[in-house]
Amino acid sequence: MKTLAKAVNEGYVIAWRNLLGVRRSMDWLFAAVVQPIMFVLLFGFIFGGALGGGQYREFLVPGIIVQALAFNSAFTVVGLSTDLGKGVIDRLRTLPISRVAVMVGRTLSDLAVTVVALTVMSICGLLIGWQIRGSFLDAILAYLLLLMFAFAMCWIGALIGLVVRSPEVAQSAGLIWLTPLTFISSGFVPLDSLPGPLQFVAEWNPITAVMNAIRSLWGNPPAPGTTTLGSESWPVAHALEYSLLSSIVIIAVFVPLSIRMYRRATARQ
Amino acid sequence: MTAAEPAVDMAGVAKSFSGHRALEHVDLSIPTGTVLGLLGPNGAGKTTLVRILTTLLQPDAGHASVLGHDVVTESAQVRQHIGVSGQYAAVDVNLTGFENLWMVGRLYGLGRSGAAARARELLDQFRLSDVAERAVKTYSGGMTRRLDLAGALVARPRVVVLDEPTTGLDPRSRMDTWSLVRDLVSDGAAVLLTTQYLEEADQLADSIVVLNQGRVVERGTSDELKSRAGQECLEVSADIEHLDDLKDAMTLIGDGRPVVETHLCRARVSVRDRRADVSALLKLLEERDIPVLDLSLRRPTLDDVFLELTESAQTEGPSA
Ligand SMILES: Nc1ncnc2c1ncn2[C@@H]1O[C@H](COP(=O)(O)OP(=O)(O)OP(=O)(O)O)[C@@H](O)[C@H]1O
Ligand SMILES: [Mg+2]
Repeated sequence: MKTLAKAVNEGYVIAWRNLLGVRRSMDWLFAAVVQPIMFVLLFGFIFGGALGGGQYREFLVPGIIVQALAFNSAFTVVGLSTDLGKGVIDRLRTLPISRVAVMVGRTLSDLAVTVVALTVMSICGLLIGWQIRGSFLDAILAYLLLLMFAFAMCWIGALIGLVVRSPEVAQSAGLIWLTPLTFISSGFVPLDSLPGPLQFVAEWNPITAVMNAIRSLWGNPPAPGTTTLGSESWPVAHALEYSLLSSIVIIAVFVPLSIRMYRRATARQ
Repeated sequence: MTAAEPAVDMAGVAKSFSGHRALEHVDLSIPTGTVLGLLGPNGAGKTTLVRILTTLLQPDAGHASVLGHDVVTESAQVRQHIGVSGQYAAVDVNLTGFENLWMVGRLYGLGRSGAAARARELLDQFRLSDVAERAVKTYSGGMTRRLDLAGALVARPRVVVLDEPTTGLDPRSRMDTWSLVRDLVSDGAAVLLTTQYLEEADQLADSIVVLNQGRVVERGTSDELKSRAGQECLEVSADIEHLDDLKDAMTLIGDGRPVVETHLCRARVSVRDRRADVSALLKLLEERDIPVLDLSLRRPTLDDVFLELTESAQTEGPSA
């Protein structure tokens, strides 16, 4: 218990340091404001016009929010690999701190950026016609689900950052897998419209589960021309349970993996 | 830990990187209150040794301990006692000098105000108070280096490990660093310092270990080392057509055979008695009518130590 408190405390100091860096380097402006606004407005108006106006935009906003949060994990990749490359992590490793402190600090600071991004996107969404129709409690639950999902994605990003170790490679390695993952989902088109095998992948994609779960919690409608959020397959019918489960599984797998990698990655030069 | 036990102890330490041997069976120990100077050319294994001692790398063989704590099995305790400044400054360039030191203090478990007080104290000591509130990315290389050094001392460590602490510093900052190391030692710390400069080791180190290609090729006090590396050395330049004559003359005067560097139009030889030998050589050059462009006496440098050590290794075969 005492060691856990110590690790959290140290993680908090490191998160403070990361956030100062993020603020001063103006990365945050891009991660938390520009990119989310761009996503919401661009997709909302480009696709919205052709695919069903207001109802489509309301369907779309939760999808875009989830996609943007997933993309934010690339900042974890870049942040960690930059620290590794500059020897900052080595320096931290010579201090008497918990070996999880650096990673906890990194994921906490990225989560803080996520909170800002989430706020900005929600406001943008409201401006283009998205709204919360569900109960207050469900709305809060949806935001908590999003934060947990973002936290899980950060740990995937952390592992990638420790494996690639070079900030230049990290930039693309952090993003490349996210594009197919976020597009083969229910984010932009109804699941039923996807061709067979792709539909199967999209149904089981945890990202779809998060998108559908928050749509249900917020009371947002399905895509225009459809009446449900997808087929009756298990992951779609149990979007909330499946999205919670997958976030927990990701955290349970990637936290120990990245901590192991952290100890080894810095053991080389 | 008993009083007699050294602060740092390494025995038989070896480390390879994918087949390449970076360190081979290195032994060394540093008593409390002394400085050990680790000398060696590029790639000798100095940083590898530092990284093993500071728990960043695990040795393939051998043991290393700090204040009786093994660096592998008791790394947490080792980290409590060491202060490290690596070869390349690892400070956060987006933070100010103050914030960097404050963070390190907090991570050592100091409270908010305790960490702030310690940071101010160190900034003052390292002449960084004026720039304390500026982001480190606006610092010069030497200022960054000094900040990194300050970071190593935040927790008043009993063992201080400095990897080339004065590389890139101006003369004043170098002197400051030297006096800092002396202060540390008089306060009872043990210091391991790597350097490329014999002069630095000469000034600071109670004992010197010379590393070459991962092996200890020489160890002793600075005086012992210099006497083994040869005496003072007389260096003479002349036009290329006179080099052979010059060499003959220097052979008569010097102690041992002169080394001729044709491309530099220069010859060099060790001397025993600087005054007598210099005047004897001048006289001889006058008699033989050999015009000299430049003549200097210099004390042995690290270069000489290495030339000497690698030469004897070549003639006697690998022995260390
Ligand atoms: N992580 C690594 N992977 C592979 N080889 C390495 C690694 N670290 C060091 N080496 C090799 O080990 C040898 C010793 O390197 P080291 O950095 O310890 O030298 P050094 O004495 O500190 O040199 P310098 O004066 O240039 O700093 C070199 O040949 C180097 O290439
Ligand atoms: Mg080195």
